[in-house]
Amino acid sequence: MIWKEDIETMPLEDLKNIQSERLAALAKYVYKNCPVYKTKFDDAGVRPEDIKSIDDITKLPFTTKIDMRDHYPFGLFSRPRTDLVEIHVSSGTTGNPTLVGYTRDDIALWSDVMARTLCCAGAEPDDTIQIAYGYGLFTGGLGFHYGALEMGLTIIPTSSGQTKRQLRIMQDFSPRILACTPSYALYMVEEAKEMGLDPKASSWEIGVFGAEPWSESIRAEIESEWNMLATDVYGLSEIIGPGVSQECHYKDGLHIYSDVFYPEIIDPETGRAVAEGEDGELVITTLTKQGIPLIRYRTRDIVSMTAKPCRCGRTSPRTSKIKGRTDDMIVVRGINVFPSQIEHVLLGIDGTHPHYQIIIDRQAHKLDSVDIMVEVDERIFSDEIKKMRELEARIRDEIQAVLSVGVNVKLVEPKTIQRSEGKSKRVIDKRSL
Amino acid sequence: MKVRQLSVFLENRKGRLCEVCSLLGDNKINIRALTVAETETFGVLRIVVDNPDKAAQVLKDHKITANITNVVAVEVKDKPGGLAGILKVVADHDINVEYMYGFVEKSSENALMVFRFEDPEQAAKVLAEHGIRAVGEQDIAGL
Repeated sequence: MIWKEDIETMPLEDLKNIQSERLAALAKYVYKNCPVYKTKFDDAGVRPEDIKSIDDITKLPFTTKIDMRDHYPFGLFSRPRTDLVEIHVSSGTTGNPTLVGYTRDDIALWSDVMARTLCCAGAEPDDTIQIAYGYGLFTGGLGFHYGALEMGLTIIPTSSGQTKRQLRIMQDFSPRILACTPSYALYMVEEAKEMGLDPKASSWEIGVFGAEPWSESIRAEIESEWNMLATDVYGLSEIIGPGVSQECHYKDGLHIYSDVFYPEIIDPETGRAVAEGEDGELVITTLTKQGIPLIRYRTRDIVSMTAKPCRCGRTSPRTSKIKGRTDDMIVVRGINVFPSQIEHVLLGIDGTHPHYQIIIDRQAHKLDSVDIMVEVDERIFSDEIKKMRELEARIRDEIQAVLSVGVNVKLVEPKTIQRSEGKSKRVIDKRSL
Repeated sequence: MKVRQLSVFLENRKGRLCEVCSLLGDNKINIRALTVAETETFGVLRIVVDNPDKAAQVLKDHKITANITNVVAVEVKDKPGGLAGILKVVADHDINVEYMYGFVEKSSENALMVFRFEDPEQAAKVLAEHGIRAVGEQDIAGL
């Protein structure tokens, strides 16, 4: 079924009218309510009245992750804090974390787009869903929760981890839908086999997998191991959380809810639109969000997009899976990690900068591992093992606190880390995603 | 009287200790006392050599992480209870021993032990007051 059939199958002309109306209203709204945007508009020489049609969007300035950081915590908000009913925080690139907040209307929006997402994946109102995304500050768990609630599904909010328990619950309650990261879905295969279960006989028929990049080969593996349909969901907390776009059962691109999240694909260098079908950076404008609406937000995700209507009947454009990043962000167990965050921690510990390296790996059917190699020089070296172990633990604890991801710290000898043309290669990603 | 010990950071991998010892040997540096403390991933080699200045320079030239640590080398009577007698003095004065190890050779009738005290200055003073002889770097170079 299609959740918002009138909107999701609307002729493109009508959709464009809605987008134009919403953009014009949004320009006025942020100009009036958010001093940061007022300044941005003034600096760009654009007035809200100039925005009459969706095509005028190119007159508006971009918003970046740096803006989120610089105006932390509430500078980019268009509503007072008292109007917010929920906030989520994720770790930022350096220093300040990224804060997003939702008004009651924003939660209704999130519920709506997540209900569309679940329907798009193939959920029916009588279904039971097992939500194995983390609940908490990470938007994954609660985003799915709101959507499932909106749709009237039976929710099993297992959150992430405790794999044996996840599998026991699956056996006992037979949910047809599973929501988690694709790497976790693969990880659970091994656990299931160890418990003597046949993964192919599981109750899960549809998976809604996301929060990290994954390839067609991983999809094929999940589908054959679990005997289920594996669909891709996309989102980012700055825009809403999960629920920006989703694949239907044709698995031919992710339907982006362009009546509320207007997409552009640009050349990251020039900022200009690329031709349809070409790779570029996905830029999203939240047309109806109230708490922290964002204008032309640079996602840094590289995708291509097509406006051709899909066989499923939905008319909104479809993006490809994420093909890369315009920055050095890496995703580890569904959590966004920037090497600069690790560098920042190490800078705070005398003697550990500048020689370190991050090695990310994933053994078959295992979760990602992060090894941080730190070169030991005279400044941090001690003849006492006790002190070296304390150093190791301190680096590990501080990095884990910032990243919210478990890491291993390995102290290595100087010159161990390869330097290419004088600059060391900071991240070695051995995973085949 | 203090003695300089070289502490060397080593990754826990095959042949690494051999490489470092060979490097010192090639440079005619003689190891008088040695111990290795290790974890799963790295180790710390602690050595007393006949020429600590030269050894430190050689290691530095080869980008091997090493520090100079002050230790106390003490003559221990080579008979039952010899070490216990010294440790009793140390314990009675609340002096912490971080680690200790023995010399390869003896000086006269006595064995030599290296002590890494938390506070080497105070430890050397207390030992001297109790007539326990600490040897100097000159003595070690002449062994």
